[in-house]
Amino acid sequence: MVTLELDQPGKIVLMMGDEAIARGAIEAGVDFCASYPGTPATEITESLARVADRFNIYVEWSTNEIVAFEAATAASLAGLRALVAMKQNGINVCADFLMTVNLAGTNGGLVLVAADDPSAISSSNEQDSRSYARYADLPLLEPADFQEAKDMTKWAFEVSEKLGLPCIMRSVTRLSHSRGNVKLGELPEKKRTAKFEGIYISGAFAAAQHAALHQKLEQAREEFESSPFNFYVGPKKARFVIVTSGSGWLYSREAVAALGLENKVVILKIGTTWPLPEKFIVEHLKNVTEILIVEEVDPFLEQNLKILLAEQAKTLGPIEVYGAKSGHRPAYGEMNQDKVAQALASIKGLKTRARDGKYVEKAKELLLSYIPIRMPTFCTGCPHRASLWAIKSALKLDGRDGFVTGDIGCYSLGAGPAGYFQLKTIHCMGGGIGLANGFGKLDKFGFNQPVIAVCGDSTFYHAAIPALINARVNNSNVLMVVLDNGGTAMTGFQPHPGSGCDALGRPAPTVEIENICKAIGVEVRVRDPFEISQAVQELYDMLQESGPRVMVFRRRCFRIEAKEKLQKKYYVDQSKCIGDDCGCARFCSRVFNCPGIIWDQEAQRAKIDEVVCTGCGVCATLCPRGAIMVRGVAS
Amino acid sequence: MTLEKDPLNLIIAGVGGQGNILASQIVATAGIKEGLYVTVGETYGASQRGGPVMSHIRFSALAQCGPLIPEGEADIIVGLEPIETLRIIADFGNPKTRVIVSPRPIYPIWVLSGQAKYPPVAEVLQKLGELVAEVRVVKAIQEGETGLAANVVMVGALAGSGMLPIAAKYFGESIKEIVAPKDFDLNLQAFRKGVELTRGKAVASAPVKTRRRR
Repeated sequence: MVTLELDQPGKIVLMMGDEAIARGAIEAGVDFCASYPGTPATEITESLARVADRFNIYVEWSTNEIVAFEAATAASLAGLRALVAMKQNGINVCADFLMTVNLAGTNGGLVLVAADDPSAISSSNEQDSRSYARYADLPLLEPADFQEAKDMTKWAFEVSEKLGLPCIMRSVTRLSHSRGNVKLGELPEKKRTAKFEGIYISGAFAAAQHAALHQKLEQAREEFESSPFNFYVGPKKARFVIVTSGSGWLYSREAVAALGLENKVVILKIGTTWPLPEKFIVEHLKNVTEILIVEEVDPFLEQNLKILLAEQAKTLGPIEVYGAKSGHRPAYGEMNQDKVAQALASIKGLKTRARDGKYVEKAKELLLSYIPIRMPTFCTGCPHRASLWAIKSALKLDGRDGFVTGDIGCYSLGAGPAGYFQLKTIHCMGGGIGLANGFGKLDKFGFNQPVIAVCGDSTFYHAAIPALINARVNNSNVLMVVLDNGGTAMTGFQPHPGSGCDALGRPAPTVEIENICKAIGVEVRVRDPFEISQAVQELYDMLQESGPRVMVFRRRCFRIEAKEKLQKKYYVDQSKCIGDDCGCARFCSRVFNCPGIIWDQEAQRAKIDEVVCTGCGVCATLCPRGAIMVRGVAS
Repeated sequence: MTLEKDPLNLIIAGVGGQGNILASQIVATAGIKEGLYVTVGETYGASQRGGPVMSHIRFSALAQCGPLIPEGEADIIVGLEPIETLRIIADFGNPKTRVIVSPRPIYPIWVLSGQAKYPPVAEVLQKLGELVAEVRVVKAIQEGETGLAANVVMVGALAGSGMLPIAAKYFGESIKEIVAPKDFDLNLQAFRKGVELTRGKAVASAPVKTRRRR
């Protein structure tokens, strides 16, 4: 039984933040969900897909974020409740639509969940999406714990419907991907039918619409003044207040307790961070002389609050504000309890709980000199390892100092030891082929290095096609290598237009990458990267050609393959492996670098690590002695 | 209920692909069934890709905790891999920390490529013993085994150790709720195996000295 669909109001369950958001949407009677996968937002849509039939929700994985947002908006315009969830970078992709849908308005509740990734744990940046709410004049909510993630999502639909605007909800990795207690609410009876009426055009009257939007925002502010998601805890007449939002709430509460300041410090927790509930805040800042602002990444709350303090200077008098600007909190990276405690302690002249210095020194010494570093690598069986080996070999054979422009996906690890340091640029979805377009036109300036743009299959559909068309019409000298592993692997293998199934796992039409390339008019070849010697040769041949060309390295993500089919078991025949006498420089373990093959110190031979090996067998084709053998099928 | 120490902080540490998240989900769900507030903070951006992975699991009878354990505040560490267990001591360990660890190494690629050395496991466990109050070594994977459900063996070892104030039956219920029905028997067996490995075992019988030496 999936906890998500439990009809037991009041029951307390363990939920991931993303699941709590999905449950909140279900309790709000959500009808429609469209998203593009992205960590840490993916599980919101995955959760809804799991119960789509049970609650009559339409769920799709869209080609990219702007299409998802537009599709969800259509459902809203037809009077339904719709949700779109994305990682922070996704907001950039749909920003163009965001900046007009705010003017044209919406109908049924429309919630945009922006799941930020402070510290960029699984991202190429740690941008703070909250600025988009201020930029687009849209209401912004920030849940602070798991219960709020659920309850606030439900409320966000009501806010959106009342205002006729999309409501943005900002989560962060430590909420979306953490788990905690959630008390379930009622499941609604859904009664909505879809019908489009009215006119939603932004343009001719944009300035007048902009003015009306500002009025709606004032209406939102009024609404927020009495929101239960804004509250304060602590003594009645404290002079010192922590103002916090989102994940800062739990960290602040623990830091205050750790320093024993419960009777001296008030925490003013704001859940509605744009527009700010000004009356509520001013009311609770009377008599206050010092404020510490605790939030993650940008000083968003800090700057907006400072404006309010300036406006209210007559009422509130002088207040010292500590936060990112004052250096009491870094304006980058994620927060934690220790950082809040340090800020509090330095302001209050207190000492934080100290660890035994000698103990820490001894343990840290081990980190520096004793414990080997562990870098993330491609999974055992991953086709990308073979593809990047082929790319590396072909570029070496070519010898003209060629290089690879990278993109967003598992294969981004190719910038590190996993992919032999091959990727030299990584930016955004589609950025690799876009850059390669430009490099490919530099010949008249003496540029003669071959350029390979790598791009995942999901990324290809998402953002690479316009750049490939551009390369074709401008005859840019670029070789694009599509690393097609059959799904959006990085985020947990969600389907894309080439996968042949939809978000619910039902069969769907496919749009073939090579057909798109052919239609654009570029040469395209398809090759299994596990046929490494042919892959190297063909790639080398293509490097000698000019103009835009595409090689599709096609092999299914082995994590999926291994789940679906029993795999062979491999072993090293240590009578055939001759160790360091071979001259291969321990190719399988040391050079090819698959974690499934280790070095047997005693025998001085290679050895398969049966705990790690998944049985893809590519090493067997690479061993110059043919010492890697099949032992039958794994149980 | 009240906890002897509140919050009680547990870390499950290992390598991406070892099933850290499932293990933490089982333990946390059992905690909820026991009536506690439980918070699990996970780092799994690169979880399937062989990087270090750890889950912070925090139990409280009083309130929802934040998802991250403060520095030096781990009460219990369950280590699915020896050096990953030792690695987190610098940030989260203290002389009172108790550790349950699987001695089976997973080699980092820089060890494979010869740029780094994996220290002898016995020595790793000894160094661990010098930094924490207690180390219980649990052979979750025997020689030649593929390590299937070794994560759940370690959850069983944690349950059997009595370090958590959570009744054993709740672990079984959690496993039933969380794993796919076809995998239930396998996981329950793994859990029971783990329980047997630590239940009623005096700490002194562990192969590593448990006193902090200085």
